[in-house]
Amino acid sequence: MGVGINVEHLNAWYGTTHTLQDINLRLPANHATALIGPSGCGKSTFVRCLNRMHETNPIARATGVVKMGDLDIYKDADPVEIRRRIGMVFQRPNPFPTMSIYDNVASGLKLNGFRNRAVLDETVERSLKSAALWEEVKDDLKKKSGASLSGGQQQRMCIARALAVDPEVLLMDEPASALDPVSTSKIEDLIFQLKSQYTIVIVTHNMQQAARVAENTGFFLNGKMVEFDSTHKIFTNPKDKRTEDYITGRFG
Amino acid sequence: MTTQRMTTEREPNPPARSTPLSVPAVTNFVAASEPSGPELAPSPIRGFLRSRGSGAMADRTFAGLMLLCALSIFAIVAFILTILILRSKLSLAQFGFHFFLRSDWDPVSGEFGALPFIFGTLATSLLALAMAVPLAMGVAVFLTELCPQKLRAPISFLTELLAAIPSVVYGLWAVFVLVPIMRDSLGPFLSKYLGWTGFFEGYNFGVGLLTASIILAIMILPIISSITRDIMLAVPNSQREAVLALGATRWEMIRTGVLRNARIGIVGAVILGLGRALGETMAVTMVIGNHPDISKSLFAPGYTLASVIANEFSEATGNLYTSALIEIGLALFLVTIVVNAIARALVWAVTRGTPARVH
Amino acid sequence: MSTNPFHVPPGGDGTPARAPINMRSRWMRINSARRYAVNHLISGLALLSTILVIVPLVAILVYLLYKGASSLNLAFFTHIPAPVGEPGGGMANAMVGSGIVLLVASLMGIPVGIGAGVYLAEFGRGKALASAVRFTADVLNGVPSIVVGIAVFGLLVEGRHYSAFAGGVALAIMMVPTITRTTEEMLATVPHAIREAALGLGVPKWRTVLSVSLKTASPGIITGCMLAFARVAGETAPLLFTAFGNQFWSLSLTQPIAALPLQIYAYAISPYDEWHRLAWAGSLVLIVMIMVSVTLVRIYASRGMLKGAS
Repeated sequence: MGVGINVEHLNAWYGTTHTLQDINLRLPANHATALIGPSGCGKSTFVRCLNRMHETNPIARATGVVKMGDLDIYKDADPVEIRRRIGMVFQRPNPFPTMSIYDNVASGLKLNGFRNRAVLDETVERSLKSAALWEEVKDDLKKKSGASLSGGQQQRMCIARALAVDPEVLLMDEPASALDPVSTSKIEDLIFQLKSQYTIVIVTHNMQQAARVAENTGFFLNGKMVEFDSTHKIFTNPKDKRTEDYITGRFG
Repeated sequence: MTTQRMTTEREPNPPARSTPLSVPAVTNFVAASEPSGPELAPSPIRGFLRSRGSGAMADRTFAGLMLLCALSIFAIVAFILTILILRSKLSLAQFGFHFFLRSDWDPVSGEFGALPFIFGTLATSLLALAMAVPLAMGVAVFLTELCPQKLRAPISFLTELLAAIPSVVYGLWAVFVLVPIMRDSLGPFLSKYLGWTGFFEGYNFGVGLLTASIILAIMILPIISSITRDIMLAVPNSQREAVLALGATRWEMIRTGVLRNARIGIVGAVILGLGRALGETMAVTMVIGNHPDISKSLFAPGYTLASVIANEFSEATGNLYTSALIEIGLALFLVTIVVNAIARALVWAVTRGTPARVH
Repeated sequence: MSTNPFHVPPGGDGTPARAPINMRSRWMRINSARRYAVNHLISGLALLSTILVIVPLVAILVYLLYKGASSLNLAFFTHIPAPVGEPGGGMANAMVGSGIVLLVASLMGIPVGIGAGVYLAEFGRGKALASAVRFTADVLNGVPSIVVGIAVFGLLVEGRHYSAFAGGVALAIMMVPTITRTTEEMLATVPHAIREAALGLGVPKWRTVLSVSLKTASPGIITGCMLAFARVAGETAPLLFTAFGNQFWSLSLTQPIAALPLQIYAYAISPYDEWHRLAWAGSLVLIVMIMVSVTLVRIYASRGMLKGAS
């Protein structure tokens, strides 16, 4: 089951650039929330703040409160521990090239010291099934390298890898933007099914995708969150003129 | 205010999911902080991961260890400098700076002066540069601009191979091949036609300044050429194309489009070659004659800073003798540091940003 | 008004009259011809200098291989040097001795070099300290090997005696800068995306560096170590006053020990033909080993570092 995330007064900087300005929002549990907006508006930075990946950049800084349930993830927890509970799928698939498919999917566990073979086998199978990849790779799990799959398969494997650590929240930064339409469609189906077990945040350039998979949508512009509402409202009756302009394609 | 509907129908797939049109209203946020389903016990995986801890301690230890390794490089240089200064104190106290201006080197009477070695080092190094640099430039220009694609890899591989041959092996070859050539053919030839310059007088036993310079030139040529090649490759193609578009010939393009931009770096490459030549020991020791003389003739035997240490250190009796030799080592250390630092700075200024190869 | 320099209007409108450039004038034709001649001349010189360099260097290589091969026999690998004047003998003790000294050097130099390289690539990015370390490593690389030798002499040999261990320390000092640089460069080729993938899974940084960065870059790092190893294997000067050399079998770390380059040097400057023969044979062994390493490095460099990357 997922947990919800509350964000209050989140500000983020890269060096001196103020990338995110006073973001306030609530991401409901077991729902999918889409974040849309033109390039460079800060949506990727925002999701990276949610699992503290933002701070892996030495010139990056963030202030504000992000709460996962009752836990303040900046004050009361360690980034490494947070990232095991809030997983991430990146824009480009990034499998570990020196590991097999099995090792890739199990990496979140194995690299943290998990040894139990039986549980690993079962977890890998479960995760690959959740990611709708099991049938395609089940015979080559240990023989093929993670990097030898096609782009769409690699991304689904990365999703399986993220699911294997059993997170409560799944962040997806434009997961299908580098993929062909067939793979994209498969991944969107995936998100539908995963919604019931995890809280999902998906950054997307593709407004139709947001409309297809997410219950709620937030529109980002120039580091500020302009509007956050149910997807239906955003796309049929947005409150802010800027939202309407973006949705109708006037810019971005 | 009507807007286009951006929703599309999805193919009927898993049952019991809401279409985008009937999404929960905004007010559902109130329940955001609690999970909306039955509370499940944490799975074994979550339990395991939560018990793992953050590894912050291990992170700090690991980072500290790596930092230690990096700092050890400073420690090594500091250690070398310290030991050289400490052990040459005796000679420094005795002779002071004049050590480098005196030319008598007489272990028996305790008189030590390093001038002959400075002369030998400078003479052989500069002569080697004079021979090697034009050829290295030619090779670099050929390989980067004129060479057919297929030959490029084999030839550059060959130069890399030749740069890897150890000094003592070059010395061996020089002793048994170069010295006889110098003694029997090249020497007489030079003294016959160029003897009037005064540089080729006296007995020619095959060993001497000229022979040492030649083997030195052969040894520093690959590195000058390969760094020059790196520098020339770092000049962006747009520069070449711009000059060609003005109607320049190949050579004019190389001259103005490439070499002019690479000037600084090429000077750096040459200085790097100089740095190598200054410190070269074994091959030079084997063919320079090992006599602390300062003479005009290139046939005469000489002595370099590095060679005198190699030859006499293990037989140095008495503290002053050893100290004098170590002082020579200290001088060599400081000079090569300065020369290399200048060279690296020049090369870096030109190739900044491009991936470097280790030389 | 036309701005074509070949079409200049006569005075009158204030612009100074200028003779147009006649591209077909005799001067232009001679100048063109001269430029082309210079071009060909330079091309010829470049080719000539390349030949002038390649041919003798190849001749040296071939001569070394030939002389070495004709001097090499089985006894070389199994015997220690015979007493002066007697034929036969070999350099078995020198090869074993070199092996021991190189082992000691590798055990010290490789971990320190890789550690420093890891620091530069993974922890020090952008920091001033990292630039200072890099610069100092380059400086250390340029220090003449004889100076390193006498420094280690002052530390470990003076007051005691020559030892294999001291030789190992001297060679380790020479390995460190090379290994540091190659490790850093190889780690820099690891795409940042896979580091992020590991960090995003909640893998601590130290584990990410070990199991992702180092593992991915390991072929390149290993070849870098091999290159450093091959380079110091042929070094004579640092061993002159540390390992010193030994005519007999010795495996002790605290006693003088024979080493291949030392032996080659001693024999080359000796007056005995038999020993000259051994020097050639030893050179061949050294060159072959180095050639193999350089070739392997080349192969890895051209194949790329990432396994399975399409």
